[in-house]
Amino acid sequence: MKTETPSRHDATMHDSPLTIGGRAFQSRLMVGTGKYPDNAAMLRAIEASGAEIVTVAVRRVDLDRSKDSSVLHHLDPKRFFLLANTAGCYTATDAVRYARLGREAGFNDFVKLEVIGDEETLLPEVQGLLEAAKILVKEDFKVLAYTNEDLVTALRLEDAGCSAVMPLASPIGSGLGLLNPFSVRTIKRRLQVPVVVDAGVGTASDACVTMEQGVDGILMNTAIAAAQDPVAMARAMRLAVEAGRAAFLAGRMPRREVAFPSSPTEGMLD
Amino acid sequence: MNAKVDVVINGERRSVPPGVTLLELLAELALDPRAVVVEHNRQIVRRPALGDVRVAPGDAIELVHFVGGG
Repeated sequence: MKTETPSRHDATMHDSPLTIGGRAFQSRLMVGTGKYPDNAAMLRAIEASGAEIVTVAVRRVDLDRSKDSSVLHHLDPKRFFLLANTAGCYTATDAVRYARLGREAGFNDFVKLEVIGDEETLLPEVQGLLEAAKILVKEDFKVLAYTNEDLVTALRLEDAGCSAVMPLASPIGSGLGLLNPFSVRTIKRRLQVPVVVDAGVGTASDACVTMEQGVDGILMNTAIAAAQDPVAMARAMRLAVEAGRAAFLAGRMPRREVAFPSSPTEGMLD
Repeated sequence: MNAKVDVVINGERRSVPPGVTLLELLAELALDPRAVVVEHNRQIVRRPALGDVRVAPGDAIELVHFVGGG
């Protein structure tokens, strides 16, 4: 049904879906599945976030305990798009190995590629990242590359055939928010492939400000999982991502260094 | 007789019957072949081939699945 006046939902309703590697997604919020107090809380938080893309890690099966660590017992792969990561890998060789195992365990050719270079900051090792990206693209993976906020690295990742480039807002699990909006904006402006900010948001305002930069999406885990109420925070993040995206599409007013009255200056009493 | 052979599964040394297939190994470990990915000496072995691959002494086998992660 067409209405004459735009409804208040139009900004998001008229947004195009986020398309990565030929697949369209309605939600611009992607969430991780790590660090939740329990699986029930994880599932409820993911539902509250509205996310379609959900990241998972590849790890050894626990041989001795019958502990139910498999995330697939809780997440229906028909309902969520499971994105395997290569978290914990410090070399291109390891990351490629984990990516191949993830593809075999999973349901798609997508991989969130991480090659870490430093234990304290978990900042990416960009040479290994590029090397792994090239190998995986050749093997027909859709590579979503976690990187720092360096434009040149982002450009090289795009050249290497990555399906999305994922600069960090701040270090993984830090909750420091978007430290370098200028660099993230520059990356978004210069790349053709989707730019999804991955890691570092701490609360809803961080997510909102990040989306206001015009990026295509956000991936987060700790900000939701480590909140006092993960389900409530997941909802806050959903709203923040929608609000930030809507504000970006709306186009903000110019910044001014001086005040400008909102009420008429004429018609004042003598 | 019935000597067992040593292999390394998920980093742990384990004794298994000689000539056991990967599929039989999973059964022995009570693991559902649909729920794990098997890497045998750094090569991924797909589900349909699990019954064809026999383990040899010193083989390195990794059994992995998806866990929570970001």
